[in-house]
Amino acid sequence: MSNYILQIKDVHVEVEGKEVVKGVTLDIGKGEVHALMGKNGSGKSSLSNAIMGHPSYSITSGDVLLDGVSVLEMDPNERSLAGLFLAFQYPQAVPGVTVANFLRSALMARRNDDKAMRTFRKELYAAMDALEVDHEFGGRYLNDGFSGGEKKRLEILQLSMLKPTMALLDETDSGLDIDALKIVSEGINNYCSAENGILLVTHYQRILDYVKPTKVHVMIDGKIVKTGGPEIALELEKSGYESFQPELAEVSG
Amino acid sequence: MSDKAQNTQTATELPPDPMIKGDDYAEKYGFYSAEAAKNYFLKGGKGLSHEVVENISRIKGEPQWMNDFRHKSLDIFLSKPMPNWGDTKLMGELDFQNIYYYIKPTEKSAQDNWDDVPDYIKNTFDKLGIPEAEQKFLGGVSAQFESEVVYHSLKEDLAKKGVIFLDMDEALKQHPDLVKKYFSTVIPPSDNKFAALNSAVWSGGSFIYVPKGVDVGAAPLQAYFRINAENMGQFERTLIIADEGARVHYIEGCTAPIWSSDSLHSAVVEVIAHDSAYIRYTTIQNWANNIYNLVTKRAVAKKNATVEWVDGNLGSKLTMKFPCVYLAEEGAKAEILSVAFAGTGQHQDAGAKVIHVAKNTSSRITSKSISKDKGIASYRGMVKVYKGAEGSKVSVECDALLIGSEARSDTYPTMEIHEDNVKIEHEARVSKVSEEQLFYLTSRGISEDDARLLIVNGFIEPFTKELPMEYAVELNRLIELEMTGSVG
Ligand SMILES: Nc1ncnc2c1ncn2[C@@H]1O[C@H](COP(=O)(O)OP(=O)(O)O)[C@@H](O)[C@H]1O
Ligand SMILES: [Mg+2]
Repeated sequence: MSNYILQIKDVHVEVEGKEVVKGVTLDIGKGEVHALMGKNGSGKSSLSNAIMGHPSYSITSGDVLLDGVSVLEMDPNERSLAGLFLAFQYPQAVPGVTVANFLRSALMARRNDDKAMRTFRKELYAAMDALEVDHEFGGRYLNDGFSGGEKKRLEILQLSMLKPTMALLDETDSGLDIDALKIVSEGINNYCSAENGILLVTHYQRILDYVKPTKVHVMIDGKIVKTGGPEIALELEKSGYESFQPELAEVSG
Repeated sequence: MSDKAQNTQTATELPPDPMIKGDDYAEKYGFYSAEAAKNYFLKGGKGLSHEVVENISRIKGEPQWMNDFRHKSLDIFLSKPMPNWGDTKLMGELDFQNIYYYIKPTEKSAQDNWDDVPDYIKNTFDKLGIPEAEQKFLGGVSAQFESEVVYHSLKEDLAKKGVIFLDMDEALKQHPDLVKKYFSTVIPPSDNKFAALNSAVWSGGSFIYVPKGVDVGAAPLQAYFRINAENMGQFERTLIIADEGARVHYIEGCTAPIWSSDSLHSAVVEVIAHDSAYIRYTTIQNWANNIYNLVTKRAVAKKNATVEWVDGNLGSKLTMKFPCVYLAEEGAKAEILSVAFAGTGQHQDAGAKVIHVAKNTSSRITSKSISKDKGIASYRGMVKVYKGAEGSKVSVECDALLIGSEARSDTYPTMEIHEDNVKIEHEARVSKVSEEQLFYLTSRGISEDDARLLIVNGFIEPFTKELPMEYAVELNRLIELEMTGSVG
């Protein structure tokens, strides 16, 4: 198969009739962590949502390949079963649906046999312990009345239980205090392996102290304007996104 | 071993799995027993008259007062027009002369030994899982087939404490004074046309008396009502009395085969909670889609008593049911929690009624309805607070969920408040299954159908969590059947 776990090929995304991602190309190899950085409104979430198959974000041209196979014709659940995962920037509340039932359903969609389901509780509690999440969370309604930090931990809990091959983590670091950030980063690092890929969407350098990126991409106004090593993130931190603006002209000009 | 013990402990922390797949309605509930029908001890002709009423009363060997009550009630029924509100179109299609008013399935009256119930009846209840539930967690069971209760049981320890749980016919024989004291005191025949009809032709139903201070709360008493014949009319009559400080939980379930022409189920349920008593009445109605379900349910709560109606309405062609509580004395409480699911060809006209007569009474109504495709769900609610009912509290919450662009939900809330010193809360919402929620769930690999089902089951979770576990699992499975549209 392909050496790349995810290939984003000149992807354009439209939402509400407006183009918000304007030709992004990005290849993520197995075992790699790519950070995607950019100001609010630059199109990071739109790109992530479109890759996962959100009906409001349509990919008008380009292609997305997961392990060499295009996902564009797949429904969101098929993309998930194929190995794609999105940790949402704003996870949805689903009142009345408990975290445990939700996770059980998600796992059952993957392996619908009784034997595997018998170990479910054990797996759930182990994942909860690793993320320092109270077991009581299993009986709470999905994201309903959760604090920002609790929501983000739950996203990573799902990541650790569903074991996708390619994880898009959309601002999983925002809204976390430093202790929570460490725990969540550890969860992400535990997930990392030679077979998996991560696209870490963030606008702070902070999380990159804990999760070491292979590459860093800077996105402005729907386009990637700069790609490089971890040093770019530090440069961003110091001088802000404005310093990348001239290069925008260079790239598009 | 210690590992195992730990597992059973943690098991209670997690809710039951809502995604268990079930068979379809036809197979699981909608089957017809031709064998039972072949063996009916007595099946009169269709139609209604004083002669029919007289026959029912004579077969049952009733006292004169009951015989008089029936004939008087028939006169009231005949003189009352059909309701001019609600789904008058569907009501108009109901043909009272095309109904069997009385079918006695076995020669003997209700057995208290399951082995003595004839096989051709047992098969049906075995298939519905009744004996299994009885063994597992129930304090007593009553099983009605067509017009008569064919089996009833009550745990020995409850009987020893003086609890009475009989079918109404048997109660009238064994405890004539007690029955006469309470019968029809909460719902007179003149209350409405269908209450009058039930009063004229009633048969079967449950009679429960819980003596002072006795607590039956932990092991519910269950009645199961089964219609088998086409064009059957089932008119059970239930009366529950909890004496001072007593506690009881009663559960009723009902199912029927799927016929192309209509059957009628029209019950009257009277509930009396004496001082500080607690009564919970849970219904999981699961009718086939050719059943008219027109039921009158009313409770009286005396000083500091609590009455709770937990009412789940699935299936039927037309359901009209508005469980009511009279908060008659100081400190009385009412809780009415209901769920209605209406698919194509169904109208669930359900709601609640609470009358605050005394000081410091409180009521809470929570109504959840789901309309799918061309289904219609109506909430019809009435809260009345009399002058002098100071310090009373009222809370009404109506939530409607629409699935599909043609689904309909109507709300008819009425509030008559004649007292200033009261606290009233009212909330009503209509929503659709949200795209964002669906995307969140499907992005985790859950199919769109399963995701929608999870959301719908989540929507009614405030109801489901009030049910004993076995019923919660059953309800989720019924919702799944309704969602996949395999019913009827
Ligand atoms: N659901 C939506 N409806 C309308 N506009 C949207 C929607 N989602 C994103 N946008 C617009 O797309 C642009 C990019 O937003 P977004 O992808 O959220 O950026 P980022 O995640 O980088 O902050 C913004 O102009 C935003 O307003
Ligand atoms: Mg974003």
